[in-house]
Amino acid sequence: MDILLQLIVSGIAVGGVYALIALGFVLIYKATSIINFATGEFMMIGAYFFYTFMVMAGLPPIPSFLLVMLCSALLGLFVERAILRHMLGQPTISIVMVTIGLSSILMGLAEMIWSTDFKSFPALFPRAPVIIGDIIVRSNLFWGFVVAMLAVIIFALLFKYAKVGVAMRATAGDQMAAFSMGINVRSMFTVAWSMGAIAAALGGVIIGNIGGIQPTLGSIGLKIFPVVILGGLDSIAGAVVGGFIVGLVENIAGGYLDPYVGGGVKDLAPFVVLVLILFIKPYGLFGKQDIERL
Amino acid sequence: MRMGDFKQTYAADEAVFRSGTVRFWLVVLLLAMAAFPFMVGPYLLYMANLTGVAIIAAVGLNILTGAAGQISLGHAAFVGIGAYTSAILTTKLGLPFLVCLPLSGLSAAFFGIIVGAPSMRMKGLYLCIATLAAQVIFDFIFVHWTPVTGGIRGINVPSAELFGYKLDTEFKLYFVTIPIMIAAITAARNLFRTRVGRAFIAIRDRDISAELMGINLFQYKLYAFAASSFYAGVAGCLQVYLLRIVTPEHFPLHESIRYLAMIIVGGLGSVLGSIFGAIFMTMVPEALQSGLALFQGMDDKLMSYLFPLQTVVFGLLIVVFLVFEPHGLAEMWRRVKNYFRLWPFEH
Repeated sequence: MDILLQLIVSGIAVGGVYALIALGFVLIYKATSIINFATGEFMMIGAYFFYTFMVMAGLPPIPSFLLVMLCSALLGLFVERAILRHMLGQPTISIVMVTIGLSSILMGLAEMIWSTDFKSFPALFPRAPVIIGDIIVRSNLFWGFVVAMLAVIIFALLFKYAKVGVAMRATAGDQMAAFSMGINVRSMFTVAWSMGAIAAALGGVIIGNIGGIQPTLGSIGLKIFPVVILGGLDSIAGAVVGGFIVGLVENIAGGYLDPYVGGGVKDLAPFVVLVLILFIKPYGLFGKQDIERL
Repeated sequence: MRMGDFKQTYAADEAVFRSGTVRFWLVVLLLAMAAFPFMVGPYLLYMANLTGVAIIAAVGLNILTGAAGQISLGHAAFVGIGAYTSAILTTKLGLPFLVCLPLSGLSAAFFGIIVGAPSMRMKGLYLCIATLAAQVIFDFIFVHWTPVTGGIRGINVPSAELFGYKLDTEFKLYFVTIPIMIAAITAARNLFRTRVGRAFIAIRDRDISAELMGINLFQYKLYAFAASSFYAGVAGCLQVYLLRIVTPEHFPLHESIRYLAMIIVGGLGSVLGSIFGAIFMTMVPEALQSGLALFQGMDDKLMSYLFPLQTVVFGLLIVVFLVFEPHGLAEMWRRVKNYFRLWPFEH
């Protein structure tokens, strides 16, 4: 029973971080209907930015954090302006492949700039493990979860009440109406990409804090697909719930089934869930049903 | 200079090679390909064989993604299924090469139909992600089902034997791979002249209209998955005999992406596009590697900058082609041909 509880708690904790990265994905999809296969790489670059500022430049954590947010916003801006502007109106496969190509470019650039060595940064949070009842949670996982949840809540509030957030929601809902209301839809696309990049980068910093960073960190981005499909491609609440569920399934399946198969179940389980959800409820738990217009 | 359209029979209109000149140059090309192995060394022959395998796989993917419009991120998994089937049949059952070839195609087609089953309930992006899940699941099976697939170490396969000849040099393998490749290309090109091929194109362009015209969407989508996976299986089988080993390392998600890149760079929906794309995406990384080898022995730091360049170039090629030439190399080729065909006129 103890093991199950332990697995549940760590599942929820890691699920919170997945939720933050999935938020980055959902923000972009909601505003621009683009599936961003490079979310994992945005996350990885965010972690490397943090490494650069904190370890290579020696800045304290809070300014490094803010600089990471600024740099990833710039990255999102650059990607949107330079590449995705030209892809408006192109068929889905072209846009999917562009983001895949982008993920390759980012990974290669990270290898070139920071080398393929495994790097880590000094602990951001107090080292003492957090004890809840009988369960011990690693401190970086626990505090990472707290920060991730804070970030998600701030984004959600921003979306709901801030002018920019309302404008983005309007653009996501009906582009024509947003245009006629005077919203600069092109800027909204750029803002969406920047915010998506920031969310992913924050997730990257947290994950980097837990396990160190390597250019291949972006492959965690693949796990985001089960999360967002489960939750619904355009739902923020769905990203959070999906994150938790995937985190739970991953840990519980990994904990119980790994001995039988020799490891690797952690990476497989979310995709089995993905297939099941695609059969039962393709639009996810909270997703909006796509009405095909002829 | 060919101008105007003066076909008098339906067959002439539907012909793939439309004039005597084109047919002449085709024969010249075939003769050159037959003479090629006598003039080059084993490394280039190895590259030629590898490219031949890539062409078969790319043509298969183009049938599914370019013609039928179903984006598939799981193509490498099907190549892997064909490869493992062939390896297992050869090592555990001792079946000869000629039997393994169609059997690997069929087993890959079988799994292709299973993976295509979700197309009944979803399409577009969601189907694409379902194929991604299939790729991950098959990858897991390749790595972890050790008693059958040999796990990470894979399976070592002896050289193929064809009518008593042992196919153990690149030279001999060339004369098996290239004819199979030509057969595959011919079959695919003819597919688009038949009812099935036209149904695929109709589904890609407007599936609701296709359904209204009486095309059973689910059935034809399954055909597309089956055909595409058959090609992948055949490619996998040839790859196994080329490399003489099969490991899960050869079939990760990155390979699926490489095949997609081949058909996008080459041109979606055309067999010529798959050929160009496969050659391009196989040769360019090799050329880069050779270029890097020139720098061998120089500064270590420089090497660490240049190695990841391959990854960056791969991504850049995809992005640049999609932004500037979305219809790929086949379109560039068509434009050049038209320029010369119509010169000195413009249209």
